[in-house]
Amino acid sequence: MKNTFNRRSLLQGTGALALGVSAPSVLRAQTPIVKVGVLEPLTGNLAYNGTQCAAGAKFAAETINAAGGIKSMGGAKIELVIVDAQSRPEVAASAVDTLVEANVCAFTGATASALGLASSQAAAKYNLAQVFSIGTAETVVSRGLPNVFRFTPGVNKCTSIALDNLKLLNQGAGNVVKTAAIVHEDGPFGSNMAKILTEELPKQGIQIVETIPHPTPHRDFSNIALRVKASKADILIPSNYINEYTLMARALNQQRVELKAIYSILGGAASNIKFVRENNEVAQYVMDCNHWYDPTKAESKALAAKVAAAGLDLTYDVMVSYATIQVIADALERGASADRQKMIASLAASTFDKSIMPYGPTKFVNGDNTSAQPVNTQIRGDKIELVFPKQYASAEAVFPMPVKKN
Amino acid sequence: MSILIIPAILSGMMMGAVYALVALGLTLIYGVLHIINFTHGSLLMLALYVVYFLNLQLGLDPYWVIPIVLPLFFILGYCLQRGLIAPMSGGSEQNVLLITLAISLMIDNLALYFWTSNTRSVDIAYAYDTVEIFGALLPFGRVVAFVVALGVAPLVWAFMVFTRTGSAIRAVAIEKRGAELVGIDVNHTYAICFGIGTACVALAACLLLPTFYVTPQVGYTFVLVAFTTVVLGGMGSLPGALLAGLLLGIIESLCGLFLGESLGQIGIFLAFILILFFKPSGLFGKRAGA
Amino acid sequence: MRFQSLGQYGLVLFAIVYLAGVYFVSSPVWMGFTINALIVALAALSWNITGGFGGLSSFGHAALYGTGAYASAILQVKYGFNAWIGFGAGIAAGSAMGALIGGLAFRYGLKGSYFALVTLAFAEVLRICASSFEWTGGGSGLQLKLMPGLAQLQIVDRPWIYTGLLAVVALVMLLTALIQKSRFGAYLIAIRENEDAAEALGINTYQIKVQAMAISGAFGGLAGVLYLQLWLFIDSTVVYGSAVSVEALIGPIIGGAGTVWGPLLGTLGLHLLGEGTKHLLPNSPGLNFVLYAVVLICALRFLPQGLVGFAARIGVLRKKDQDDA
Repeated sequence: MKNTFNRRSLLQGTGALALGVSAPSVLRAQTPIVKVGVLEPLTGNLAYNGTQCAAGAKFAAETINAAGGIKSMGGAKIELVIVDAQSRPEVAASAVDTLVEANVCAFTGATASALGLASSQAAAKYNLAQVFSIGTAETVVSRGLPNVFRFTPGVNKCTSIALDNLKLLNQGAGNVVKTAAIVHEDGPFGSNMAKILTEELPKQGIQIVETIPHPTPHRDFSNIALRVKASKADILIPSNYINEYTLMARALNQQRVELKAIYSILGGAASNIKFVRENNEVAQYVMDCNHWYDPTKAESKALAAKVAAAGLDLTYDVMVSYATIQVIADALERGASADRQKMIASLAASTFDKSIMPYGPTKFVNGDNTSAQPVNTQIRGDKIELVFPKQYASAEAVFPMPVKKN
Repeated sequence: MSILIIPAILSGMMMGAVYALVALGLTLIYGVLHIINFTHGSLLMLALYVVYFLNLQLGLDPYWVIPIVLPLFFILGYCLQRGLIAPMSGGSEQNVLLITLAISLMIDNLALYFWTSNTRSVDIAYAYDTVEIFGALLPFGRVVAFVVALGVAPLVWAFMVFTRTGSAIRAVAIEKRGAELVGIDVNHTYAICFGIGTACVALAACLLLPTFYVTPQVGYTFVLVAFTTVVLGGMGSLPGALLAGLLLGIIESLCGLFLGESLGQIGIFLAFILILFFKPSGLFGKRAGA
Repeated sequence: MRFQSLGQYGLVLFAIVYLAGVYFVSSPVWMGFTINALIVALAALSWNITGGFGGLSSFGHAALYGTGAYASAILQVKYGFNAWIGFGAGIAAGSAMGALIGGLAFRYGLKGSYFALVTLAFAEVLRICASSFEWTGGGSGLQLKLMPGLAQLQIVDRPWIYTGLLAVVALVMLLTALIQKSRFGAYLIAIRENEDAAEALGINTYQIKVQAMAISGAFGGLAGVLYLQLWLFIDSTVVYGSAVSVEALIGPIIGGAGTVWGPLLGTLGLHLLGEGTKHLLPNSPGLNFVLYAVVLICALRFLPQGLVGFAARIGVLRKKDQDDA
């Protein structure tokens, strides 16, 4: 019986390697390999975001390998071990076991905070670093776990930067915005964002006249659109996922809601090129404060081209996931070791500033990258332009929206 | 808030018409085969994809493909019941339920594998058009769905009452053995009923896609409400499904308005629970109790 | 334990050997995977009390599971109570919810599919409420503070977690066996077979059914509380979602509803099937579920009495009247 189990666990181990491994290791002996895990929900209701993140990680690994791999480790190629979290926290946590067994040095993930909380906790027992590509809930970095590294900004930072930028935009337009309506998904990031906005917006002289939470999924936005209309708010601040955002945008248009601006914070569709393509009319001038890459960097442009060639949409999931692999690669380069403990030390000391994200040098404080920042994007024509901060901007912000001539 | 009540009721009715259309097929299947059909949501999703691809590849409008999609899904439903569900369930009712659950798992994941989880929606000229009724701006697509629902429910009912096949279906529903004795092919009849139910859900898909979207998970979004509609209307009752759908749409809309869209969802389920307690046979139900 | 057939002995032996074997496998994956399976097995054992013995199939067992988890989480997070108090409270809360749902449903004479659907509705109502109020953490859910140690029921050492869970599952199975042999159990089974006859015999069917729901709720709440202590985070979808309800009923049905070993065997079997399909199709997310569904359909077709019932026909032993499975 014992043999059966050992054989099973061996099969288990080889089975877990999802990217071209089973080739005889003789051939690979010349090129060393370092394994990096990617834990994403590839099935279940978060499948879209998870799949996009996995794609971003793959592009990054390809680029880094093509440029010679990890030079300090003899040109070691990055091999991704991609595991499905099935949109369920206990599966995400169990998947960490699989990653450990596959001998990854660190891993990225996991799209939803609920999944990331479970996975990082499980990983802590193994001293395995998780570099979060997305983990907006602040609890992610407030548990005192040394193996947690959140590369992208959390909900608190996203909201406060969004508020600062809104203030600047509003001042630039002569303080034309005085009232706001908030529509948000009732999960962790939407609720937290609404809470912060409720405290901070009045300090900017903007009164909140309507706050509407809604579940995901939500089938009908007519009531919500009407309430926004009845509130006569100057701007709408939405924070939800792509499907609901799309339905909401349609309902707003159909109910002839007039707004001076739509200013999303972590909006699900506002930074999604698919939304721009399929709902072009209502998408015009919609602004978002979200994760986005620096469009001026050469590597960003290369990524955009690769994504287009692969027939995928360039969403922020692809970008942040790509960047976290870059961060891990840099840590490998400096530490010259795939040892898990050394990876944690190497990541903690990271000052990496060459990622495609518009961040300065990385600085992890309690696992939170203090130099991470969201940026403002705006939909113009059939493109998503970065409008704020100016140093990364590809277009000038238009605020408020021009009045529609119906 | 009070000025929003009338528009809320009207938009609730529009949404309710969609629930009614989805529930129409479900109530037929439940009323006759006594199956709580978990595949219904997945079939809705499948139909939505078919309509989407017909639009994408052939440029066909979702409304004009109804004559294509309905027969297609009738056949699919017939084969599913006759070829998979009936032989695999071995007669046990509990098993049938789990088998429909397993089939829906299969369909959902096949869709995920082949078509990915990207949200798809159709881009048609009238997607943003509205119709003004009593001061409320109602999406054109929803109004069409409403009108069709009002028309289709009586049509299916008439089919059940006035045609031979319809009578056979009703006979089998009431007394299976007796029906067999008078020469009705029960298996064939069950399969026809399932086929009609599936065609109904395909119709719902054609009317839903213009104002909605499709992902592999979209079935879940509608299936629980569909069950509630069936129970509320009375299992097996077609006018019941229509009325219950409209009613639930209104309840959902008003609860959403007054309790908030998150908490408002309990309106549907509380209605469900209350009906099960006080009149389990539903509004138009024929049988009392289980 | 005495079984009807060699087949049943074999099945149970396989399970015991597997569970013991997990200790010796070097890979951590198996223990983690089995831990997950054991928690689901607890939920399955809970369902089995009413669904298996009582014939009262519930589609909303998440209502009991989630209530246990939330009760414990709220006491710990919002009021700072100790995890052990939360533990007890969770079990009690699950039991109370079971009694409430049962009390209402049976009071209005619901049975069969109507009962199943009403439990589903209750689970949904609880799910929506849990995600709508600040007191239950709203949409963000509830996160327990990381306080490793037995004092706060946060065991870190995996083998100890596993052993603890095995002990709990064994205890619940023992209790199930005791119930099966007790007069209460006999009444419950009588109600399942023919409620009117049972009523005619003078059994207070309402009381028995509600008590069964209360016991089922206690076990369900226990499973929920253990889930909480294991992962330290719950939200409304995770503990009140339909996935929990489905998993709670599918294990016993495949394993053999109304038997003591059925829920555990069925759950283990299904989880192993899930892992197996995941390894056969690692590069195709989604396809592994398709394979799983296909095997499930075959199991439903060819094992109508569940694994236990199927095994009962292999190598039948002489004594047929004693069935401990």
